[in-house]
Amino acid sequence: MSNPAYRVIGTRPIRHDGVDKVTGRALYGADFHIAGLLHGFILRSPHAHARIRRIDTSRAAAFPGVKAVLTAADFPAVSDRVVDLGEGATPLSYIRGNVLASGKVLYRGHAVAAVAAVNPQVAEEAASLIEVDYEALPCALTAPDAMREGAPILHEDLRTKEFGKQTDKVSNVAEHFQHALGDVAKGFAEADVIVEREFHTATVHQGYIEPHPATALWNNDGRVLIWCSTQGSFVVRDTTACILDIPVSRVRVTPMEIGGGFGGKIPVYLEPVAALLSKKTGHPVKIVMSRKDVFEGTGPTPGSYMKVKIGARKDGRITAAQAYLAYEAGAYPGAMVGPGGMCVFAAYDLANVLIDGYDVVVNKPSTAAYRAPGATNAAFATETVVDEIAEKLGIDPIEFRLRNAAKEGTRRADGPKYRRVGCIEVLEAMRNHPHYTAPLGGPNRGRGVAVGFWFNVGLPSSCTISVNADGTVSLVEGSTDIGGTRTSIAMQAAEVLGIPAEDVQPTVVDTDSVGFTAVTGGSRTTFATGWAAYEAAQDVLRQMKERAAKIWSTDAAKVEIERGVFRSGDRTMTFQDLAARIGETGGPVVGRAAVNPRGVGGSFSGCLADVEVDPETGKVTVLRFTSVQDVGKAIHPSYVEGQMQGGSTQGIGWALNEEYYMSPDGAMMNSSLLDYRMPTSLDLPMIDTVIVEVPNPGHPFGVRGVGEANIVPPPAALANAIYRAAGVRMSRLPMSPPAIMEALWR
Amino acid sequence: MNHVRTTINGEAAEFLCEPHQSLLECLRDILGLTGSKEGCNDGNCGACTVILDGRIVNSCLVLGVEAQGSEITTIEGIARGSELHPVQRAFLEQAALQCGFCTPGFIVAAKALLDQESSPSEDRIRLWLANNLCRCTGYDKIVRAVQQAAARMEERKA
Repeated sequence: MSNPAYRVIGTRPIRHDGVDKVTGRALYGADFHIAGLLHGFILRSPHAHARIRRIDTSRAAAFPGVKAVLTAADFPAVSDRVVDLGEGATPLSYIRGNVLASGKVLYRGHAVAAVAAVNPQVAEEAASLIEVDYEALPCALTAPDAMREGAPILHEDLRTKEFGKQTDKVSNVAEHFQHALGDVAKGFAEADVIVEREFHTATVHQGYIEPHPATALWNNDGRVLIWCSTQGSFVVRDTTACILDIPVSRVRVTPMEIGGGFGGKIPVYLEPVAALLSKKTGHPVKIVMSRKDVFEGTGPTPGSYMKVKIGARKDGRITAAQAYLAYEAGAYPGAMVGPGGMCVFAAYDLANVLIDGYDVVVNKPSTAAYRAPGATNAAFATETVVDEIAEKLGIDPIEFRLRNAAKEGTRRADGPKYRRVGCIEVLEAMRNHPHYTAPLGGPNRGRGVAVGFWFNVGLPSSCTISVNADGTVSLVEGSTDIGGTRTSIAMQAAEVLGIPAEDVQPTVVDTDSVGFTAVTGGSRTTFATGWAAYEAAQDVLRQMKERAAKIWSTDAAKVEIERGVFRSGDRTMTFQDLAARIGETGGPVVGRAAVNPRGVGGSFSGCLADVEVDPETGKVTVLRFTSVQDVGKAIHPSYVEGQMQGGSTQGIGWALNEEYYMSPDGAMMNSSLLDYRMPTSLDLPMIDTVIVEVPNPGHPFGVRGVGEANIVPPPAALANAIYRAAGVRMSRLPMSPPAIMEALWR
Repeated sequence: MNHVRTTINGEAAEFLCEPHQSLLECLRDILGLTGSKEGCNDGNCGACTVILDGRIVNSCLVLGVEAQGSEITTIEGIARGSELHPVQRAFLEQAALQCGFCTPGFIVAAKALLDQESSPSEDRIRLWLANNLCRCTGYDKIVRAVQQAAARMEERKA
């Protein structure tokens, strides 16, 4: 399929934006400055659930230094409609209602009003003078609570969608879906062993280090200019335009460097508010969230309640698998339980499956994507049950998984049939890794394994490449670069053009300067925007061949190119030599491409984890960790390893420490980076990585995407390791010291 | 307003600030040194790490007025002119950054470590950097970069 002798792909060049990022010169959203800047502050709800009876902003508006105050009533009145702004079809009223609450507040931290003032301190002080008369309401904080008969209802107009059909039932269950394959009753009847367990996972946050920033200028020509930190500049453009009821062409979004996202910087929170404050004041307005705002006001990932039941025969074949997944959407529907249902049994080739998924609204922040959203919760449940079954049957846990592994042709219960996938290769790499048979070296230690899946996405991307007279090219793209994608995209163009990666200068530009490009998310950027770069580079080559043909007075069809050298008969010219002559052969050469690729290749990941459990304190120490992933083709192996190590670490934090610790009335009690404890360098060993390359037949270089699948298996692998170390099966995340002690004492 | 005289990155620097403003605010908003980042504003993420009179501090936890008479090194002062510091070069070569937001804090902290210890162990590096949160990398490549920088600096001395 692809040429194995790549010259650029698979090498490790220094990233193009590297120097700016190690010298402090790279400009992130909060670093943006513009003359006449005012500062905004957002007042947030102290209640988890309350009716807003009245808002009086008069004292705030009269405070010295305040230039404008606004509430949801200041948004243009537009009739509700369903819009798709990058995260699936959603009623506009939900998106707008999350930006500024109207009528009710649905979680503590819900934005209620905003102030623009001469500095951030004045804005904050003035916001404290806004009087909001709340009628506090009882709240529902977990999926099981919110699903109870008589539970407090968040949205009086929310009616359950059942199996794709709208019902009349008003409830907190936005949707109940089901995927069925074969006959689970028959499958369980054939089983020699059946294990069924219940699981709870806590709400966790993406935890990017950069709080959300946005600056907006409603210019005198009616155009709205935005500088912000986002995973999708076009999402910001389209959402802002929708909420402000103006055409998309009136909004220009300039993506600044982004300090992490992991899915949490897809939703829009600040930009429409900053834009409206700018309109009211005639000045640019900047709003930067505090860390507390980030925890309380932006999307964490769903907590969940799950049941998984799996039956298997003595020969190690799974006969049936059933899952009940109830995920907390937070304040508005969209709990990522859909992807949970797609991924829950995705690693297995099964005949009989039944999956029920429930999307449940609760009085917590509206959830957002977080790295393989929904899949990590589900894999925690499935992979713990699989481990228990393998143990009961006396079969090695990797061998058991291999006997049931998904492969080309496997039909998933939600419909898709796999093309070439690397589940078996990942499992074999785990089994063959020296880690798997290394001695544990002490008491209270155990080793666990697990696998996980993420389907990855395609979506549109655009790219242009201009040839410079010095033989280099400039590449323009619209995918905001969170982890080195400028380079992984540039390398694909360089490979096609036969020039070094350093001779491609990639730039991420604003929404006026490049064709529509979907979010940096779904592990799609190196896959899809890389594909756009591949196509744009091919377009450059076509034009360059014409130029060579002109110089050689021959036909373009007779010009060949290999590794950056154009050839016709015995005449040759390098890319650089030809580039120097584009001016005299017709002028600029600009290649372009817009793609919407279909050939998405899902990624399997697995890990091996060794832990030590302190029987006195319940503290779990990760002694050794190996992450294995089928990435299709690793364009820049260092950054592929980095994704695997980062995803593993987030999975470890999710497993062992992280949670929204909620008071009974819905206040997050640990909304600081001291109390919401993410892993530090001291908490971790080196993270070993094994890159498996089963090329994706749907991509010119075989790329699948690497960003997400690696977070999926760690919590289950750690639970399985804890079981072997301490003899307790954990069914709740996080598996923090108190949870471990409770299990040990039980 | 208070008048504060300091030395920043080897140059005399004076600024006026309010008594409540943190050193981080002074650096970023008054002096335009935006390389130091605000991730939490309460001393828990380390993205604002600077060297103050030879010690690393979270600049969000120091008041601007407290910097009176101090020598401060920020991320902008780590490279020598056009030559990157060995820690900066190692971060690039080891791919020790992804989003890059925590990177200035890590580089400043690592530089301060290598100023006083020539070959710290992995454990020592992990302990030293435990005040700096990174959410992207899992720290593996950061620790390796610091090890590489230490080795290079030793070679240079030899």
